[in-house]
Amino acid sequence: MSKLTPSPPALHCFHCGEDCKSDSLSAWGKSFCCSGCKMVYEILQQNGMCDYYSISKNPGTSRKIKSRENKFSFLDDDKIATSLIQFKDEYRTHVNLYLPQIHCSSCLWLLENLHRMADAVISSRVNFERKEVDIVFDHRHISLRQIAELLTGIGYEPYLSFNDMGKQLPKINSDKIYKLGVAGFCFANIMLMSFPEYFGIDSKENDLRLLFRYANLVVSLPVFFYSASEFYNSAWKSLRHRFLNIDTPIVLAIWVTFVRSVYEVLSGTGGGYFDSMSGIVFFMLAGRVLQDTTYRQLSFERDYTSYFPVAVSRVEEQRQESVALSDIKLNDTLLIHHEELIPADGILTRGKALIDYSFVTGESVPVEKEMGEIVYAGGKQLGSNIEILVIREVAQSYLTRLWNKEETGLEKKDEHSFVHLISRYFTWIVLSVAFFAGAYWYVHDAARMWNVVTSVLIVACPCALLLSNTFTNGNILRRLGRNHFYLRNAQVIENIASVNCIVFDKTGTLTTGLYNNIAYEGSSLSAGQKQQLGALAAQSTHPLSKAIVDWAGITENRKVMAFKEVAGYGIEGIIDGDLISLGSHSFVTHQKNQVQDGSVVFIAIEDELIGKFSFKNQYREQVPALLSSLGVNYYHMAVLSGDNAGEKKYLRNLLGSHSTLLFNQDPSDKLTVIKKLQAEGKKVMMIGDGLNDAGALKQADVGIALSESNNHFTPASDAILAAEELPKLYRFIRLCKANKKVVLVAFVISVLYNLIGIFFAVHGLLSPMIAAILMPCSSISILLVTFGFSNYYSSRLRLK
Amino acid sequence: MSVIIILLIVSISVAALFLLAFIWSVKNGQFRDEVSPAVRILFDDKPSEKNESDVLKQAESK
Repeated sequence: MSKLTPSPPALHCFHCGEDCKSDSLSAWGKSFCCSGCKMVYEILQQNGMCDYYSISKNPGTSRKIKSRENKFSFLDDDKIATSLIQFKDEYRTHVNLYLPQIHCSSCLWLLENLHRMADAVISSRVNFERKEVDIVFDHRHISLRQIAELLTGIGYEPYLSFNDMGKQLPKINSDKIYKLGVAGFCFANIMLMSFPEYFGIDSKENDLRLLFRYANLVVSLPVFFYSASEFYNSAWKSLRHRFLNIDTPIVLAIWVTFVRSVYEVLSGTGGGYFDSMSGIVFFMLAGRVLQDTTYRQLSFERDYTSYFPVAVSRVEEQRQESVALSDIKLNDTLLIHHEELIPADGILTRGKALIDYSFVTGESVPVEKEMGEIVYAGGKQLGSNIEILVIREVAQSYLTRLWNKEETGLEKKDEHSFVHLISRYFTWIVLSVAFFAGAYWYVHDAARMWNVVTSVLIVACPCALLLSNTFTNGNILRRLGRNHFYLRNAQVIENIASVNCIVFDKTGTLTTGLYNNIAYEGSSLSAGQKQQLGALAAQSTHPLSKAIVDWAGITENRKVMAFKEVAGYGIEGIIDGDLISLGSHSFVTHQKNQVQDGSVVFIAIEDELIGKFSFKNQYREQVPALLSSLGVNYYHMAVLSGDNAGEKKYLRNLLGSHSTLLFNQDPSDKLTVIKKLQAEGKKVMMIGDGLNDAGALKQADVGIALSESNNHFTPASDAILAAEELPKLYRFIRLCKANKKVVLVAFVISVLYNLIGIFFAVHGLLSPMIAAILMPCSSISILLVTFGFSNYYSSRLRLK
Repeated sequence: MSVIIILLIVSISVAALFLLAFIWSVKNGQFRDEVSPAVRILFDDKPSEKNESDVLKQAESK
């Protein structure tokens, strides 16, 4: 019988919870994965703040990648500091910092107890949703730089971008909420005071009846003048553009109802319809607030400034100084540190660049550049420090220009939803019914004419239609949001429903950015050789090396001697007496005749070429299933890739023969392709992830940015989709299509109500009683229908 | 008769109080962050905001 040998329990870092590999550190009986994590623990222990670890388990974030010293020295510059802080008086400074690491209740506790670590911090308050902290500190005893360094020291490095400069705390627009509150207050009171009228108050109590009527009049004033102003503005705007928008008939109904009611009250002929008017306003506002669900932690309107750092180091006569990004001039020499973003196009003048353009292209394999070559803004330097000579200012850089070009050249056409169209016809129909009814009564009984005309307008206002639309949209936005598909606004739902052509970016969208699909070709390797390769690759942090380490599956520790890494070419070292090299063909064979291929790594043992690894992007799970279900449903599909055509055959299989497959596309090519598809009359949805897709995303009728994690930066788009939810795309589209059905059903129901109402109105029989019953009935039944149907559809589509 | 007038005034003013409370809570930012208050209340020692004048005094004496 074989006995199972229990593997030793994996050690987890006390701070960040990551696996401690062989090189764990231990101190105070705890183990840590790296010295960074240990240091945070030490700081917290010295301050008696180890409660941090008892609130959540392993709350920290890994500190393996250390941030550079003096990184925040630019905060000593008054000009830069002033542009970042919100408020400053004699003693106190208020600053709002974005800390992307905030993720659990321990973070909250630690950050709100900052004052225990630094006396001069007066208060700190976290906004969890926005991952921001508001810090008030006494600037005579601690500087902004020290605050930033303190936060960095405990593992919360503030993320400062060019975009933050001069930003004010975003003013949250709560006007609509106030208006809704006021309308609700007035609506409820008017309903209450209308009861005597509904149930027919005794005419002997005339004083009391007058009292209630005038009270209603007074309470309705805030609704008419304040709450309803929301609709006046938009109706006025559309009228100035000579377009009858959705708010115009509402405004008409509100005004007619109000004027008629005031007239009735003042002349003593009736109680008016204040309840209907305030009800319309209240329900409409509620729908709008629901539809305006904003995802405050996401930003749909990014431009290049939010990617760029606040300041960079400029080298001038052997001296380094921090300058704000906007102060960079032509022919400045910039020092770019490890892990820093290149802010402007330049020529490499010192050092060897190993640049990760994944930000721009989605491609994760870094590119190496030699001295004298041009490096473009947006890349991240992975090697050691380099110096570049600026050849184009920030605003003129390739990336920035690409961005600006689209911004100026493109104004998305203002599409009008089908609800607008229906409501426009509807408005004309209502107006003509009112006109003919008025004409009829003018002939037969002129005294009742105005009465009839106004009742028709009040009853037939398309509010129910608009209500059903706003509530359905709001509910669907909410359902999609629960599935991590965030839309910019409600109009996007309709655009998605009408799409008939879907364009995908390849790298990072259909595939993951990682290279975990690895294939070995060559003479067979023994288990020992595999271990040797793994041990060698473990010495490097290059993404391809990491993939090789995973492939080799190291089980034992082997010593690597004479390790050498030539950035961009390969690595070599002596393991168990064998000289092993991994890298490009020319690197391992010392010959200079081979064409480089970015995703192939050659292996040589003792200078003898024995094989090669080729790497493929791993397609996301279930992507083939998604593509085939889209294909079956007659969507035209296209793939635009910045890569070479290596996987054309595979993709052709997946997408079918009618699809468009284009390779080696640069950002402006992608934009052109989208334009071409649109010129063929297609409604295009573009799904991409990198900045290189930014132009295409904007040009497309629907641009969806794919995001790996919530605080990942995505290009400007109409919608943001979490990457792991991509397989659900087809179901999302179907839900958006269902939206139209739900609105139509609700519309038919509301038309029925309107027909009943109009029947009474044209006969001149509409009493306040009937109006008061019809109005809330129609509103509430429509709410039930919209919520019921949209929830039914989304659960049938197996969406959360 | 007069009872009804009093009732009317009372009911409207109670409702108005709630309206004011609502406006105050919106203005106060109570709907701005819906996650952290729920977590914050569970901490044993509340992250007390230090008395501001104390801090300034303390800092001055240094």
